[in-house]
Order: sequence, then structure tokens, then C-alpha cells
Amino acid sequence: MSETAVAVEHHADHAHDHHGSEGFLSKYVFSTDHKMIAMQYLFTGMGMAVIGGFMAYVFRMQLAFPGISVPGFGQVSPGEYNALVTNHGSIMIFWVAMPVLIAAFGNYCIPLMIGADDMVFPRINRLSYQIFLLSAVILLLSLFVQGGGFGGAWTAYPPLSAVGDYNQTSLGASMWLVAVALEFVAFLLGGINFITTLMNSRAPGMKAYDIPLVCWMIVIASILFMLSVGPLIAGAVMLLFDQTIGTGFYDPARGGDPILWQHLFWFFGHPEVYVVLLPAIGITIDIIATFARKKVFGYKMMLYTTVATGVLSFFVWAHHQFLAGIDPRMANVFTVTTLLISIPIAELCFVIIATLYGGSIRLTTPMLWALAFMAEFLIGGVTGIFLGASGADIYFHDTYFVLAHFHYTFYPIAIIGTFAAFTYWFPKMFGKMMNDTLGKIHFWGTIIPFNVIFIPLFVLGMGGQHRRIYNYEHFPELAGEGMYQLRELATYALLVMLAFQLVFFYNCIASWMRGKKAGKNPWESNTLEWTTESPPPHGNWPEGLPNVYRGPYEYAHPDREQDYWPQNEPA
Amino acid sequence: MIDQASTYAADIDNIIIWVAVLAGFWFFVAEGVFFWLILKYRAKPGVKAQYLEGHENHVKKWVTWPHVGILAFDFVIIVMAIMVWYDVKQQLPEPDRTIRVIGQQWAWTFQHPGQDNQLDTDDDIFTVDELHVEVDQTYHFLLEATDVLHSFSIPVFRIKQDAIPGRTITGWFEATQTGEYDVQCAEICGIGHGVMAARVHIEDSDGHAAWVASAATAQ
Amino acid sequence: MAFPKPQATLRSATGIPTGRLAVWWLLASEVVIFGGVLGSYLMHRLGHPEWADAAIHTNTWIGATNTFVLLTSSFTAVLAHQAAERGDGKTAAKFLLFTIGGAFTFLGIKSYEWWYEISHGYTITSNGFWAFYYTAAGLHALHVIAGAIIMGIVAFDAWRNLELQRVELIGIYWHFVDVVWIFLFPLLYIAK
Repeated sequence: MSETAVAVEHHADHAHDHHGSEGFLSKYVFSTDHKMIAMQYLFTGMGMAVIGGFMAYVFRMQLAFPGISVPGFGQVSPGEYNALVTNHGSIMIFWVAMPVLIAAFGNYCIPLMIGADDMVFPRINRLSYQIFLLSAVILLLSLFVQGGGFGGAWTAYPPLSAVGDYNQTSLGASMWLVAVALEFVAFLLGGINFITTLMNSRAPGMKAYDIPLVCWMIVIASILFMLSVGPLIAGAVMLLFDQTIGTGFYDPARGGDPILWQHLFWFFGHPEVYVVLLPAIGITIDIIATFARKKVFGYKMMLYTTVATGVLSFFVWAHHQFLAGIDPRMANVFTVTTLLISIPIAELCFVIIATLYGGSIRLTTPMLWALAFMAEFLIGGVTGIFLGASGADIYFHDTYFVLAHFHYTFYPIAIIGTFAAFTYWFPKMFGKMMNDTLGKIHFWGTIIPFNVIFIPLFVLGMGGQHRRIYNYEHFPELAGEGMYQLRELATYALLVMLAFQLVFFYNCIASWMRGKKAGKNPWESNTLEWTTESPPPHGNWPEGLPNVYRGPYEYAHPDREQDYWPQNEPA
Repeated sequence: MIDQASTYAADIDNIIIWVAVLAGFWFFVAEGVFFWLILKYRAKPGVKAQYLEGHENHVKKWVTWPHVGILAFDFVIIVMAIMVWYDVKQQLPEPDRTIRVIGQQWAWTFQHPGQDNQLDTDDDIFTVDELHVEVDQTYHFLLEATDVLHSFSIPVFRIKQDAIPGRTITGWFEATQTGEYDVQCAEICGIGHGVMAARVHIEDSDGHAAWVASAATAQ
Repeated sequence: MAFPKPQATLRSATGIPTGRLAVWWLLASEVVIFGGVLGSYLMHRLGHPEWADAAIHTNTWIGATNTFVLLTSSFTAVLAHQAAERGDGKTAAKFLLFTIGGAFTFLGIKSYEWWYEISHGYTITSNGFWAFYYTAAGLHALHVIAGAIIMGIVAFDAWRNLELQRVELIGIYWHFVDVVWIFLFPLLYIAK
């Protein structure tokens, strides 16, 4: 019996078992369906994004108008300020970018795009989310324990993070660390699931080069994560012991070394940038191919380049530590590797740009987001060269230039990439079209303020303004009127940007309730998720899992009248 | 850009400007092509997109050649960065004077050599959050920390170096103009990180000698 | 309640069974965790020759005995796998029980060793060597405990001839736990 026949039989049972007969808990809370777990990750991540955004609002208000009582928060003390910036960073990277880009869209897309009915290990998938949720709860609780939340920056350099007398938030610091470690465990479990699913569960006929790039990217990101996070997990155990039972792993007075943590952290921390970047690139390239009606320019080239980026990313970590007291000769090595990584990254950007050539571009809302990702990410990439060049980094290290640089990478990744993916797959997830006009209002209301927030911060960084300082009045050169005007400009822009997010939430709810029905394939896309119903039922293809006959990007094929060619359509 | 008050400040600014030119060139080319393509290939009724694999040589060269260009520009940046880095961080010119800089939560202690110009002698002058240096003199600084990481940063000198408990890190600078400027802590060091400010007073040789003399009598 | 496996779990585009593939990836992630601990330890050990003075207080004979216990338990895990290949779930379960016994013997000896050392004043906070000693061996012991628990579940199923492929999987994991110890033993005990 062929596999497809088995699938038909299996799913006939499946659909019967699962529809209508499920209780609320088993359907929404303890579901093993990859789509429901994806939603859980997505909404948890969005909730955390709201919290992280609120933190940004509070400390930006404090920076622009030092000492005022921030509406909704009150006066910001130095300790609270440190806790806010620390947890804003931690949340946005570990509890927003990772769960939304990798876990939510990975969970949603991988089985649907490779033509499987679920992840290979649905229960491990559920466990992964539960551990993740626990980690988020622990992190949020840590903000309210005695002493307040951890305020030693998201990098948590010891001895500050290791010794309660120094950071004055010993309980908050330990809870922060436990939360981060649990989050890592959740993503290791999720990652193993993604990797094995992609390797083993592809639809019959789907060869390695027929897999949509977004799936490849998420899986390569999972592998990068898995291979880089181990040393930091070990390092976190050591830091936890330093905090709680008084070992001296990072205490120089007792034979330890504080720099060891920095190496362990950045050995993970730099690949981590690519862990979240790759899914966003994958999303972008898929959306651009769909709406430019173009085959991706050099699919294999893109894939090999990604692997090269991943490998190189393990050899650049010390560029975060040029001035950290490492041997200055080492900095030269890392300057070379860091600038070399600009080659594959530039290649990825060129491939995306070249895909537009000769296309038939439709500027829908998801397409706008995808194009904006490219345009903004380039700024992040180019400003990184200043920091990778060791000589220039002497000045820029730990200034707002660094801050603006990585927000120009992480914001396109985590926010723009997410909006691109969300607006693109919304019809599949909820079966309704989103309102395009509201979508475009939200787009421009987000992109323009975003640039107005961070371009002034580049200028402040060039003016020598250092990071993580709650109030610049003690530094005469930084307390000038011009500096304050720039800070105020950034803060006002942030307020505008946050206000425009209400449009997004309104659009989501209104479209979900009263939107136009989406149908199976509203974007006329090729990939497999558009061949089933919207939203797909548990088991994904009630009438049998699809077979695959061609690659995912056969748009505008000269032999066909229609300008798209779904992967599952027999030749 | 802010004042350049050390011998190597101009070198560091120079490389920043060069990176801006070299990277900025590619940035504007890439963004320009990007927006041009978006405008040129907007969907038109009845016009189908082209079918390109991306392996054809006549299109591939548009990706390959910029690559070679970027590699060349990278090479230039690497060479410049390492030259500046070597000058600022890797080599130590003979000092005219040596000071010690100690970071602790949340203040800087500066140990000046006093009238005998020798560090660690009885006439050393200790100050808190106030560093006095003489213009046109080569200084070595011995950087230490007593509790957590700090980072000794003087933006007008373009110097920055993390201070690590348990280690002494030696660096150098030479001021080129007199004045009074900020010293910052550039590594988060706890609740008082935001108040860990100091000032550097750059004096001409008479002014510096007068300060040393007055500090000596005050002790 | 038996969990209905999705089609995805039963497919094998690579030709490697999904469970085995996943275990290998799990081990890959474990390798870097232990790599982080041991790499840090090695860097520190090379930088602190005086740690040898602490290391002479570890008991090489106890370490060697435990090495022997673990290797033996790995051997019975192999026998369990062979029995499972034949479809003989009961024999597989019995051999797994031997392996679990090895795990408990290992943990018993380890507890005695630690009790002895702690009662002589060599605790985790004594100095850097002891901190790494207890952390690395403790992390390994956690893996032994986890392995023993999972093996118990696998043996319970195997006894009823269910999920026999898992006997091989837990065996792979157990060999890994063994290999980690093979690295720990010389680094913590033999290098004086």
C-alpha cells in the first residue's frame, strides 16, 4: 500500500476523532497539534512583546525627561532603570524573537510546508511550549521579588551578576538566570523536533532542494542554536552556583575568571544573532518570491551561503570583547573573521534584491513588510562594519551607536519579520483576509517612527553617549540641550510607533471577526500550506497528505499560462 | 563629532570616516538598486514575470562582481582597522608618566605620581573622580577594578578599556589640548553606574606643576 | 491511553528511523554542554598548576571502580538491544534492569565518595578544582539518574513487547553517558 493511501485512511479516522469531540482544555491548552502550539507560542510571544514594549516606553520616557513620573509606572529609580533595560533586552530576544520567529512560525510552517500532518514528536512539542511558558512566568515573577528584577544587563557579566552584594538583586538575578536556562531547554527540545521533522517527514517526492527556504532557514537556525548554546548552559550552571552556593567560577580572588563567562556568552550570543536572522530572511525571501511572482534567484547559492554564514558565525564572537581585556592580538583575528562574514550576509541581501529583477511586483501588506525588512536590515548590516573594525570599535564600543546598530538588525528581524510573516499567513491561520488599508496604515505608522527613533541614537552614540545610564545629568558633555532634543525626538517617535500598534490589534480582531473569507490560496502561492483549507484542520490535509512534484518557486514558468505552479500539482 | 584631544583621536575618527565612505558606497548602491527594481517591476496587467534560475551568467554577474568589490573594500577596512588598533592598543610607547586608575562601585580613584614622578611612592596624589594630566606628555595608565567590571572611557581621547578585578591592564594616551572633559564608566556596574562620572583636567606644564604642588601641600 | 502517532513520525526520508535521528541530535546538544564544562575546566586547570594539590585528594580507585561499573552496564545495554532486535522484549527488559542496577551501583559509590570527601572538608566551595569536580561530576550524575528513570519506563514497555525500538535509543544515550565519564575520569582523577 502506498504511503498516500495510508495517509488517507489514517486521516479519515483522525478527523473523526478530533472534531467536535475535544474539550476546551485538550483543544486549546494541552493540544499536541503543531498549529495550536504555534498559536500558543505566537500569542505568548506577542504578549511578551507588549511587556517589552512597555518597558521601552518607561525607560525612554525617563531618558528624555529625567525624573518625571512616567504615566502608568511612576518615578524610575536607578535600580528599576537597570532592571527595565536588562529585562527589555532579555524579553525581546529570548521571549519574543525566538518564540515567534522560530517556535511559532517554525511550528506552523514546517509540517504544512513539507506536507506532513504534524511534527514528528507532538508531545515533546507540547512539553517544549510548557517549559517555555514556565520560563516566561519565572522571568515575569522575578521583576516583583524582593530587591526587584535583575539589573546587570542581558549579557549578565559577572562578578556583577554573580554576587548579591554587588547587584543588590540576588533573588531576581537567580530567577532571571533560571528563566533563561529553561528557555534554552525549551528551544533545544523544539529544535530537535524541527530538525528531525524536516529531515525525515517530507512529503513523498520532495527532495532537499524542493523545501521552501523558510523551512531550511528555521532548521539551520535550530542547528546553530543547538551547537552554540551548550557552553552557555554549562556557564549558566556555574553562574547559578556562584550566585547561590558561593562557588568562585567567575571570582578572580578564588582562581576563577570573569572573562570566561563573556567567552561562553558570546560564543552563543553571536550565533544567536543568526539564529533569529535566518528565519526572518527565510520569511522575507518566501514572501518576496510570492509577490514578485519570481523564482528565487539562486536557491542553492542562497542555501550554501546560509550554511557558510552559520559556520563563520562560530568564529566571530570575540568582536564583542575587543576592549574586555582579552589579548589585543586576538582582536586582529576577530576583526578579520568579522569582516569576512559580511561576504555571505551581503550575498544573502543581493540574492533577495536580485529576486526582484524582472518580477511582477504586487505591493501587498506582507510584501511591504518583507521589502522593509531588506531596506532596514541593510542599515543594521552596514553599521556593523564600524563595530567589527577593531580600531573604530575603540570609540563606539558600548555607546548608543552599538545600541542603534543592533536595533537596526533585531528590529527588522523580530518586529518587521514577524509582521511580514503574520500578515502573510494570517489568511491561512484564521481563514480570513486582513484589511489591506489598515495594514498599510499600520505599516507606515511603524516604519517611519522606527527610523526616527534610532537614527538620533546613532548621532548620540557618535557624541560619545554610553549605554545603560539612567540619567545623563552627571556627564556635562552628555547633558547638553542638543543631546536632550535628540533623546526627546526618539521618545516621541516611540510613542507614535506604539500608538500605531493599536491599529494592528484592531485590524487583527476586526479581520478575524468580519474579514473576507480567505479560501485556500489567496496569494496564489506555490507552497504546500496553501493547498489545504484555511485554517487547516488537525491533521492538516483531511483528504490525504500531498505529494510533491517540483520546487517551491515555480512562478511565471514559461510553459504555463498561469503564473504559479503549486508543488503538489502533477505535471 | 566631539573634540579630538589625544594623539590617536584623529586616527580613530579617520577610520570611522573611511568605513563610512566604503560601506556607505555599497549601502547606497544596494538601496538604490533595490528601490529602482521595486519601481521598475511593479505588476502591470498582462505582463508576466521573467523566469530566471539565477544560475545564468548574464544575471549572475550582477551578484558576483559586487562581491569581489566588497571583498576588496573589506580588505582595506581590515588593514586600516588593524593599523589603528596596533597603534592604540597593542604597542606601548615609552611613558613620561604613569598613573593608576581604579574603578570601584561607583567612583574612579586616580593615583598620580606626585612631584618625584614615580608611582607608588609616598608623595603620590590620590583623587576621586578627578584626573589631572599634562598636555603633550605620554601617559601609561594601570587600570584596575576592586569589585565588578568597569570600563574606563574618555570620549575625547577615544580611549576605552574594561577594568577587570584581579588584573592590571596597561594602556596609554597622550593629550594634545588643554581643557576639562568627561570620564565615563562604559560597562554596567550596578545601580550607581549612571553616577560613575569623573572629569579629566588637561593642563599645560605650568598649570599641572601648580596643581601637583598645591595637592602636595594639601596632603 | 495510547497516543496516536502522526504520519510524520512514521516517515523516514533519510532512511534513518526518526527516533534514532532525534537521539543523535539530542546527543549533539549534550556534547556541547559537556564540552563547555570540560573546556572551561581545562583552560582553568592549565592556568592554575596549583590545582594539582587539590586533585591528589580524589580517590582514583573509586573512580576506576565506577568506570568499570558504567562500562559493564553499557555492555548489558548492548545485550538488551540485541534481544530487542530479535523481538524478545522480556529478555531486553531483564538486561535493561541489569543496566539500571549498574546505574544505581554507580550512584551509590559516588554518594559514598562525595560523603567521604565532604566530611574531610573538600566541598564545592573549597576552591576552583573542587568546584569543577562537583559540577562536572554532578551534571554527569544527573544524566545517570535521568537515564535510569527513562530506562525503567522503556523496560516496563519492553516487558510487554511495546515500543521495542526504544531499547536501542536508550542504549545509545547510555553509551554517551558512559563516554562522558571516560572523559571525566582522567581529567578529574588521573591528572594529579
